[in-house]
Formats: sequence, C-alpha cells, structure tokens
Amino acid sequence: MLSPVNISIESLNLITLVPMLIPIIGALLIIVIDLFKSEQDRSLYVMLSLLILGVDFVALMDSAGVFVSNGTVMGVFDVMLIDGLAILSQFIVVGASMLFIPLALTHKRFHEFTYPEFFALFLFMIAGFQFMVATDNLILIFVGLETASLALYTLIAMHNRDKSFEAAVKYFTMGALAAGFFSFGSMVFYALTGSVEINQIAAVLEANNYADIGFVLVGVVFLLASFGFKLSMVPFHTWTPDVYEGSSAALAGYMSIVPKIAAFVVAMRIFEFLIHSGVVWLEVILYASVVITMTMANVWALVQTDVKRMLAYSSISHAGFVMAAILIGTTQSNSALFLYWVLFSFTNLGSFSMLWISRQKNLPAHQQSDHSYNKFAGMIKTAPVAATIMALFMLSLAGLPPFGLFWGKMYMISSAVTGGYTVLALIMALNSAIAGYYYLKLIVYMFMKDPIVENGGHVYSANATLSLKTIIGIAAIGTIFAFVAVNQLLEFITAFVYNSGY
Amino acid sequence: MLDHILSILIFFPALAGVLGFVVNKNSIRSYGVAVATIEFVLALWLWFVFDANASGMQFMEQIALVPTFGINYIVGVDGISLFIIILAAFFTMIGIASLGETKDIKNMIITLLFLQMTMVGVFAALDAIVFYLFWELSLVPMLYIIGAWGGPLRIYASVKFFLYTFAGSLVMLVGMLFMAYFYYQATGEWSFALLDWYRLILPESFQLWLFAAFFMGFAIKVPMFPFHTWLPYAHGQAPTIGSVILAAILLKMGTYAFIRFSLPLFPDASVYFMYPIAVLAIIMIIYTAMVAYAQKDIKQVVAYSSVSHMGVIILGTFALNVEGITGSIFLMIAHGVVSGALFFLVGVIYDRRHTKYMSEFGGLASVMPRYATIFGVMLMASVGLPLTINFVGEFLSLLGFYKQSHILTLLAGTAIIVGAIYMLAAYKKMFFGVVTKEENRNLPDVNKRELLALIPLTIITIWLGIYPKPLLGPINTSVEAVVSLMHEKALSEEAKQRIPSVSKDMALLTKPKGEEAH
Repeated sequence: MLSPVNISIESLNLITLVPMLIPIIGALLIIVIDLFKSEQDRSLYVMLSLLILGVDFVALMDSAGVFVSNGTVMGVFDVMLIDGLAILSQFIVVGASMLFIPLALTHKRFHEFTYPEFFALFLFMIAGFQFMVATDNLILIFVGLETASLALYTLIAMHNRDKSFEAAVKYFTMGALAAGFFSFGSMVFYALTGSVEINQIAAVLEANNYADIGFVLVGVVFLLASFGFKLSMVPFHTWTPDVYEGSSAALAGYMSIVPKIAAFVVAMRIFEFLIHSGVVWLEVILYASVVITMTMANVWALVQTDVKRMLAYSSISHAGFVMAAILIGTTQSNSALFLYWVLFSFTNLGSFSMLWISRQKNLPAHQQSDHSYNKFAGMIKTAPVAATIMALFMLSLAGLPPFGLFWGKMYMISSAVTGGYTVLALIMALNSAIAGYYYLKLIVYMFMKDPIVENGGHVYSANATLSLKTIIGIAAIGTIFAFVAVNQLLEFITAFVYNSGY
Repeated sequence: MLDHILSILIFFPALAGVLGFVVNKNSIRSYGVAVATIEFVLALWLWFVFDANASGMQFMEQIALVPTFGINYIVGVDGISLFIIILAAFFTMIGIASLGETKDIKNMIITLLFLQMTMVGVFAALDAIVFYLFWELSLVPMLYIIGAWGGPLRIYASVKFFLYTFAGSLVMLVGMLFMAYFYYQATGEWSFALLDWYRLILPESFQLWLFAAFFMGFAIKVPMFPFHTWLPYAHGQAPTIGSVILAAILLKMGTYAFIRFSLPLFPDASVYFMYPIAVLAIIMIIYTAMVAYAQKDIKQVVAYSSVSHMGVIILGTFALNVEGITGSIFLMIAHGVVSGALFFLVGVIYDRRHTKYMSEFGGLASVMPRYATIFGVMLMASVGLPLTINFVGEFLSLLGFYKQSHILTLLAGTAIIVGAIYMLAAYKKMFFGVVTKEENRNLPDVNKRELLALIPLTIITIWLGIYPKPLLGPINTSVEAVVSLMHEKALSEEAKQRIPSVSKDMALLTKPKGEEAH
C-alpha cells in the first residue's frame, strides 16, 4: 500500500512553468480558431503568434526580475531550473522568433504559411526549446529537444519543394541518430551515478573522484556526438547545407540561431563541470572539434557557388567559434557566448532575410540555384539600398568594426586570451581572416561586377512587403548601432551568467 | 567648439557623405569640393590653435563606449599626428577637386568622404579599439575604389589588398587584447586607452611576443618587405585618386602606428628587433629600387619607388633617437606630398593616352613643357635633392640611424643614390629625345583643373624643403617626449644605451600645458 503523496502546491512553484505554457496555450488557441472558422488569412496567425510571443517575452522579463532579486529558482519537483542561463537563452529564443515570424508575410504566396498548423507547430517548437534550456534534468532536456525537433522537421517539409522533403527527411534521420546518442549518453551517466540531474551527476562523480573515467568518457563521447549533430559541428555537419538549401531562407536563418543557442546552453551545463574536473581527454576532444569545425567549415564555404550554402557553412563556422567558449569555460567566455549570439541573431537573420526577399517563385533558366552568386552581380547598379544593406551584413559577419559581430568576436577572442588559450585565440583570429574572403566575394559580385542579365532590380525585392522590410530594418539598425548597446548588454549578461555560477 | 574639434574633423566628412546621397548627380562634384575644403580649413585651424610648445596630447575628448570592458572613444592630437591629419584633409580636397571624368562620380565622392573619416580617425584615436575600428574601416572604401574604378585586374587587386591587411590586423587585434589583459592583471581594471598602456612596463619576453603581433598588422600596411606584394597590384589597378590616397595617407598608417604603439609600448623589444628590422628596411630599399628599374610601366616605377622610400621611413623610426624619429615623421609627410604628386602626374598622362608604358612616350618635354617641368621638380624631390622636401626627412632619418650603425646607414645612403638612377632613366625615356609616336605630337598640356592639384603640391615641396621649421618644431617636441618615455621604460642596459635620454621631463604623461611645476 503506497502512502498518499502529500505535497503543497506552493512547493511546486508552478510559476516557473509560465513562460513555457504561454506558447503552448497560444498554439492550442490557433488550432481552436482553425476548428471554428478555417480558411483564415495568414496575417491573422502571424499577428497572433507575434502577440503571444510578446506576452511570453514579458513573462520572461518577470522571471528575470525574480532572478535578480532571489537568485536561481527551482520548481516542479526541482525539475525546472530557472537560472541566468535559462533566462538569457529564452530571451534569445523568443526574441529571434519574434523577428522571424513576420517574415511569413511575403509578397509572393508560399503555401506553408496558409496552414494554421505551421504557426501552431512553430509555437510548440518554441515551448520545446524553452523547456530544454530551463532544466538540468536530462530527461526533460530530451523531451524538450524532441518536441522542438519534431516540430522543426515538419516546418521544413511544409515548404513543399522536392528539396524540402529531402531536407526534412535528412534532418529527421540525422536528428533521430542524435537523439539515440543523447539517450545512450544519458544512460551511461545514469548507470554511473544513479541520477539524471546534471548537478547530482557532477556531485557523485566528484565524490568518487572520477573512478570510472573510462565510462565517463564513453558517456561524454555519446553526448558530444549528439550535440555535434544539433550544433552542426564537423564531422556531424553534413546535413546542414542541404537542409538549409531545402528549407526557405527565412527558416534557414532561424535554424542557424535558435536551435543552436538551446543546444549551447545544454552543452554548457553538461560540459562545464567536466572541463573543470580536469579530464584532459575531454579538453583535447573539444579543442580538436572546435578548431576543426571553424577551419573546415571556412574552407568549404570558400568554394560554394550559392550564397545560401555559403551562409550555411559560415554559420557552421560561427558555431565552432562560439563552441570555444565552452572549452574555455570562464565567466567571461560564457558571457561572450551570449553576447556573440545576440549580435549574431541580428546579423544572420538579417542576411538570410535579404535572401528571402529576393526569392523567386520559379528558377529562371540562367540561374542554377535560388541564390547563386551570379544573381547578385551588379546589384549596386539596380538596387543600391538593398546592396548596401546586404554588404553591411556581410561586413558584420566578417567581424569588421564597428558592426555588431565585431564586438562579439573581440570579446570572445579576449576571453580566449584571458583563459590562457593563446594559440586558440590566434586560430580564431586567422579563421576570421579566411572567412573574410567568402563574405567579400559576395560584396565583389554586388559592387564590382556588371549584371549578368538585365533585371531592373526588382528581382532583389520580389518578395518584399512592409513587414519584411521592417524586420530587415531592425536587423540593420541592430547591426550598425550595436556599439551603443554593447555595454549594457555585456553588464546584463555578465551579471546573469556570473550569478548562475558559470 | 575647440573642445570637440577632433570629433568634428572625424565625423564631418562622414555626415556630409550621408547627406551627399541626396545631392543631385550634376552638383555632386561641387558639393564634394565644398565639403573637403571646409574640412581642410578646419584642419588648418587645428594647426593654428595647436600649442607647438606642448609635447603632450591636445584637444583630448573622452566618451565612454563600453566602459565595463575599458573601451572608450578617446581622441587627441600631438605633433606626431597633427600634420598627417592636415595632409589627409589636404589630399582629399585636391583629390576631389582634380577628379577627372569618372563614371558613377557620386559614388566615388561619397566613398572618398567616408575614407576621409577613417583616415582622420586613425591618426586621432588614442584608444586601441577605436584605432582598430578606423584602421579596419578604412579598408572598405579603398576596396570599393580599387574594385569598382580600377583596371582589368581590379577585383584580384582589391581583394588581395583587403585580405592581406585584414589578416595582419587580426593578429594585431589579438596583441591588443593581450595588452589589455596585462593591464587588467596589473591594475585590476580593463583599459584600452593608449595613455594608460604607456604607463605599463612589461617584462622583456612579453614585449617580444606583443611586438611581433603588432608588427604583423603594421608591417603589412606599410608594406615592409616581404609583405609588400599586394601593393604593386593595388597601385597598378587602382584609379589615379585611389593610388594618390593610398600612397599619400593610407601607407602612413603603418609607419605612424609603429611610432604610436610599438616604440613606446615595447622599448626593449624595439631595441631587440632594431637590427633585423633595419636589415629588412635596407633590403626593401635596394630590392624595390632594382625592381623599379626593371619596370616598363611608369606607374609601377612610381609604386616601387614609393615602397623603396617607405624603407627609409622605417629605418628612421627604428633609429630610436630624436633625430631619426623626427626625420621619419617628416619624411612621412614629404613622401605623402611627393609620391601623391607623382601618382597625380601619372594619372594626367594616362588620361590623355590611356597607356602607362614608357615606351609609348618620348620627347614629351617639347609637347607638354609645363607637365615636364612639374614632373621634373617632383622627380628631383623624390630622389632627395637638397632644398626639396624629401631631402630634409631622408637626411634626418639617416643621421639618426648613423648613430646606431655606420655600415647599415652607408648602405642605405648608397642605395638611395642608386635609386636616383631609375627615376632619371624613366624621366629620360619619357621626356627627352624626339617625339617618336605620332599620337604624342598634339597632346594638350596640363589643364587648369590638374594644375589646381599640382601647383600647391609643387609649392609645398619647395617651401618645406627650404624652410622645414614650422613642421619640425612641433614634431620634435612630441618626439622628445616619446623618446624620453622609452628611455625611462627600457629595462635592459643595452636598451637604455641605445635609446638616448632626453633632458626633459616625462612630458607625455603630464597634462598638456600650464601644469609644469618648475
């Protein structure tokens, strides 16, 4: 006879669930609306999602206030863990989603946006990512990860081109493999320590002084492989360019930001204590994968003929660059990760949106792919404003001051210097120089070549509407005037990271 | 207004550039000239109000940018940077005024105005990150100028120019971050302010590494042998205005940065690397002079001779004494005036014949007498004839280095004399003899617009050659402060000996004026 469970509702601290519940309720609301009156215009769903995300953002600001006054909050049988990392990354997730969703209001009609399911799935996905970052329970991480991933596979497939199905299936297969690896890794740690909570695992391993180092390494390798897939670290990156190419440019931009920050936070939680435990092998593995990811992705990006694929490889390289923060593992480097990613969201979402507004419905004969370099030749002559903005994003990605990403890059390299990783700092700097070439290549095409086919410039904004232009404007302003905000951003982030104990 | 004169100098052209988008295409030329003239007048005013007796920084401004990480917008000017700023304003003005027929002239002028912002910014910045910011930003307008208005190989040349410099600067950035970290360790605070860094005395081993990191950035910009390969391409493909600004101002960023960063921050390392760098500089002087002799293209001759003279500047800088450094700064200005003028002159003949091959010319002296005269004066200045501007700088630079090593100086001196041969040979091929090509017989002489640029340059060349004191005075005062700072900071005995003490206070660190206790 089991004794009756007796817990007070206060001790559950259900308020910690609010930011995740808001998008879930919103998603259900959208489905219900469709149930009562279908065939609604997509603008309804877009604005509704935007509002829901806005409410979510305010709820996050509330929990940030709680964190500032009370520190880390646990809830729901201590499964939820609302610390600085959770709050910062949720800000990025929700903020980037708010920038993404208006991109659905394109001039041309793409049929995926006519389904209410698209928006419902989108909101479910956000809830999944939020769960993933706001816990240190491996099982809840897994549940959040799978919720988000399954929703994302469907979103890609809804783009409804041959390549999209291919992309979705490819992503699904790879994701399933990654999920397998993740559960295997978790299993190993559970077997070693009898717990699925990361801080418990750390405590137990610490107590027995890493006696079973062999098994620990097996677990680490599995987990690293699984995050390798999610973060598209080399050699687990092969799906990335194809998936980006297959999905719409807007969604590709989104995928390069939001899923990765969620994975970074989890990786930070898991690997941080392992790095500091002095397991040398782990450091070597991480070091190698960071350097290889940065360098190889850069080299592959050099030879691409399609801008979207180039940006895909470039975002792999950026992910490798940022992964260095986890290897370095100081407060400064972890703050640098968030700073970098906030600035990266603006710039990268901006550059993918520029591709999105130039998206044609059908491929003209002289063009081999949707966004080949040739398409952008001589753009300054026909669409000077668009060309200048695109160049701005490219210069920012290359890390040219004073544009957004420079500050992130500088702070990240500085954290490598401070953390004692001099060689790594040099490798990071030289990689930025290599990367300069392929960003420059697009600028060369836009500014210095003559148009291949006379097009009058309307090609570059074929898809433009007011809402798309607004998003691009926000991204451009965020990129140019980043230097005004860097100080406050840095103070805010550092305080949150430091008070979470990272 | 005086408190913000430097910020006005930096951002006025940029603001004008932004507003320039609105100006009609037909009026853009006058707009550009007007803006550049205002900027030049402001720069002259800066000279007028500049206190020539103070050695420290003047007109300093400070605005917090990222105070948590020690990054502040700090600008200031002293005798070292003052004249290069004026030179930059001057060259932008005459560059725009004498701009020939150009396609997309509106884009060109707006680009030039943005370029001017970055140039003035580099020489006024006193915070390492702000310096880096303008340093990197200056690549973009130049990339566009070469890439959009250049010759057939323009894209290759512009990308090579960009990537070379970009790679070097990133290594320099790592060096800067290290420097800030050392400062943090020593004081517990982050700071990228140059004047804060000056107070830091680093162990010699650190100095060597940091010197090397900064060297990568600066040497590529100068460009020093063996990093010079991007320059002939850039000059060869760039339009006239691009070459002029590149040779007159952009290359000076590297040599200026040596004096601003490397010498006072790393005095021991400067002594340690003095001979290797001097040897590189001499190789640079001799080797590029020989390469210049072998060129068929007059622009390449001027380009290589320009590199060759940059070697003398480096030599003077690494003399590490007051004469050498003062000479090298003066030579920077002289080199700017002379090689800028030579590139203008090459542009004049290119506009008429659309070729730069010397074999296409000959006997031009009889067809274009005024052109031949000005070319002759500039050529004499370039080879360092006494009573021309270059002579003063070269003499002082070599005099400075003579105190460190007789043999190397003799070698450099001989090389400069040999260098005169290729210039005179080129002049002979182009201007003397009979007119061999029919097309050359009726070439028009220099017109008014071109004279607008060339006459002032000729006057400066001769005026400062005869009476260099107005420039040498302020430069000397500031250089003395730098050298005495280096002497104070030097750790090893050898360095103390190599860097002579100047019987003056550490004036660089004290407040500008009125605060001397005695």
